[in-house]
Amino acid sequence: MSAVLIIVSDICLVVGAIFCLIGALGMLRLPGFYTRLHAAGMIDTTGAGFLVLGFMIKAGLSLITIKLMFLLLFLLIASPTATHALAKTAYRNGHEPYRKDGPSSSS
Amino acid sequence: MKHAFYLGVVLLGTWLLWSGHYTPLIISFGVASCAVVVWITHRMDTIDDESVPLEHVLAIAIYLPWLCWQVILSSLAVARIILSPKISIDPGFVNPKMSQKTDLGEVIHANSITLTPGTVSVELHDHDILTHALTKKMADELMEGAIDRRVDRMEGGS
Repeated sequence: MSAVLIIVSDICLVVGAIFCLIGALGMLRLPGFYTRLHAAGMIDTTGAGFLVLGFMIKAGLSLITIKLMFLLLFLLIASPTATHALAKTAYRNGHEPYRKDGPSSSS
Repeated sequence: MKHAFYLGVVLLGTWLLWSGHYTPLIISFGVASCAVVVWITHRMDTIDDESVPLEHVLAIAIYLPWLCWQVILSSLAVARIILSPKISIDPGFVNPKMSQKTDLGEVIHANSITLTPGTVSVELHDHDILTHALTKKMADELMEGAIDRRVDRMEGGS
């Protein structure tokens, strides 16, 4: 494995880790339930995406890369579905969203 | 019949890629289990364009890179909001148009919206998607309907 590929995969891993960190920070800092969903969604799309991409480059052309590719594909389908289910449940139960100039939600 | 054949080919290909053990005995197990799955699926009468969307494979391959680029762009926008010392957001609900006709198209559209950070699809109606957007700008970009147009082209482009 060449030095360039090692560097590229390391960059992907670091970028993925940074996005996970920012997402976690966002879940703490953003107000209200729905806005926190956006931060959480960023963790499992961009964060996890770059991490798996980094692993794929590290694994090289092998069956492991194929399995990681499927993992990414399942993540890309499963995580927005879970986010959608959460948002829909909150909406159906009448959860009051945070508004910039209105009564803010308690959670 | 065509779909059943392709389902078998895809299953067998997937099986070979996941297994990694290429001895005659193991491969024959794989062929047998794929055949059983195709037979059961045929008996359940669920082999159609929705379960085996082969007409859309090429279109999806064109759509995915564009979506990934959009995800990265809006991730950066959301990251900038989170990292700024004073969080300035203007969240609210919008109803972007949904012109897809098939279930598959609707699911791809709604999931694309949720995948893009800053927008989450909340509820699907007949001709629009109730969506929560983090800022006014993200809501406006969504209302321009770029995702809708591209998913529509993919749905129609068989």
